[in-house]
Amino acid sequence: MKKNNLSYLEQVHRDGRIWNYSMAALFFLFPVLLCIVFSVLPNWGGLLKGLIVTLPMYWAIGVIEVITYVPMLGAGGSYLSFVTGNISNLKLPCALSAMEKYGAKAGTEEGDIISTISIAVSSITTTLIVFLGVLLMIPLSPVLQNPVLDPAFAQMLPALFGALGVVFISKSWKIAIAPIALMLILFISIPALNEGTVGIMVPVSAVFTLIVSRVMYKKGLLDEKKTVIPEEE
Amino acid sequence: MEFRMDHPVIYALVAITIVAVLGQSIFFLWRALSKAKELKMDKAKIRATILSSLVFTIAPAVSIIICVMTLSKSLGVALPWLRLSVVGSLSYETVAANNALSGMGLKLGEVTGLSASQFVTVVFVMTISIMAGVLLTPIASKKIQGGLKKMETRDKRWSAIFSDALFMGMIAAFLGFVFCDFSGVFVGELSGLVPVLVMLSSAVLMAGCGALMKLTGWKFLNDYALPISMVGGMLLAIPYTAWLG
Repeated sequence: MKKNNLSYLEQVHRDGRIWNYSMAALFFLFPVLLCIVFSVLPNWGGLLKGLIVTLPMYWAIGVIEVITYVPMLGAGGSYLSFVTGNISNLKLPCALSAMEKYGAKAGTEEGDIISTISIAVSSITTTLIVFLGVLLMIPLSPVLQNPVLDPAFAQMLPALFGALGVVFISKSWKIAIAPIALMLILFISIPALNEGTVGIMVPVSAVFTLIVSRVMYKKGLLDEKKTVIPEEE
Repeated sequence: MEFRMDHPVIYALVAITIVAVLGQSIFFLWRALSKAKELKMDKAKIRATILSSLVFTIAPAVSIIICVMTLSKSLGVALPWLRLSVVGSLSYETVAANNALSGMGLKLGEVTGLSASQFVTVVFVMTISIMAGVLLTPIASKKIQGGLKKMETRDKRWSAIFSDALFMGMIAAFLGFVFCDFSGVFVGELSGLVPVLVMLSSAVLMAGCGALMKLTGWKFLNDYALPISMVGGMLLAIPYTAWLG
């Protein structure tokens, strides 16, 4: 048998490519099989109109998301996150929190392993909980869709990022000031910015933060002990 | 075969896809755990990572169930179950489905039954639109990581700041989003304060957990501080909403 000399990261990239392309084929096969099974064709006009409105925006966001998220999630975490979805509201905070607690740095082999473990566990948990939810949809509906609980679920993202924000801002407050100020101004003053567009604003904010941080770094304003992820021991 | 949105064939295809994605998660988990063992990474900390990721996921997963319920009124149960279990997210899927329906003169939330042709049109729009990340990660991730490695070799300090800046940029965007309805406060519409109060409450709870850990030495709290603060903030949203509307 041929000896496998690939490093861990090289194996992740090789397997990630195989898994992601296979999953992409499987996702695409779903509507194709529906057409075959039910002997039906899409409404071509509706399909074209739907794609014209949706595709350019989503693919532009997709390109920017890959560039922005891969450095944060690492290789294994990225392959898994883009297939399992719910990245900005679940997988990314989960991975960042796990790496922060472990003391692993993004971009290292250790960080990649922790990120992958947390995202895989999160994906498996989500799949099982949603499966149970679908199975028990009829008895669960009156409870989960109870108007009393509506405000709690409507405020999940503010609750999540309030808790996550206090951890990261306290460790990296110098870097935090400019992007938070910009995002507050933009979100308060532009009515079109809301939950549906926050995903678009993540890369915008990330690029802005990188530019400001670069300027601050060059001016010597970011001293050694103020980073979010602790240095490797 | 006669079409209906809850046809067993659709459920079977959805289940196959979800199981395949579950297989990818299990494979990557096994691979990462094996490597962690090989590197002799701290077993207790790995267990804590697994446990805290699991606990952290519960509240968002329950909110995903609610989204499935909401979308199921127009799209049936099977399709939202698929899209929100794998690949999609609430905001993206809702917009894609709505755009597809609008293209056929229908509206999400108002339409309650789709023909086979309308249904597959919606599925095609959702599938093709969301595919960028799945397809581009294999092409770009190795190059991006190579670039980051080069950056680290050239300037280790800047490389660390680069990671911090990306994290902070992401968090800043979501903190900004918390204020998206805040402008109403200037004209007496106080409901925009609810998300701000929720965010501040969960931040205070998180800081409280940190202080409690320092005072009592309860290290186990580290694994639960984030879910406790998040769920606490969510629960406080109920009285805040009753108060401010």
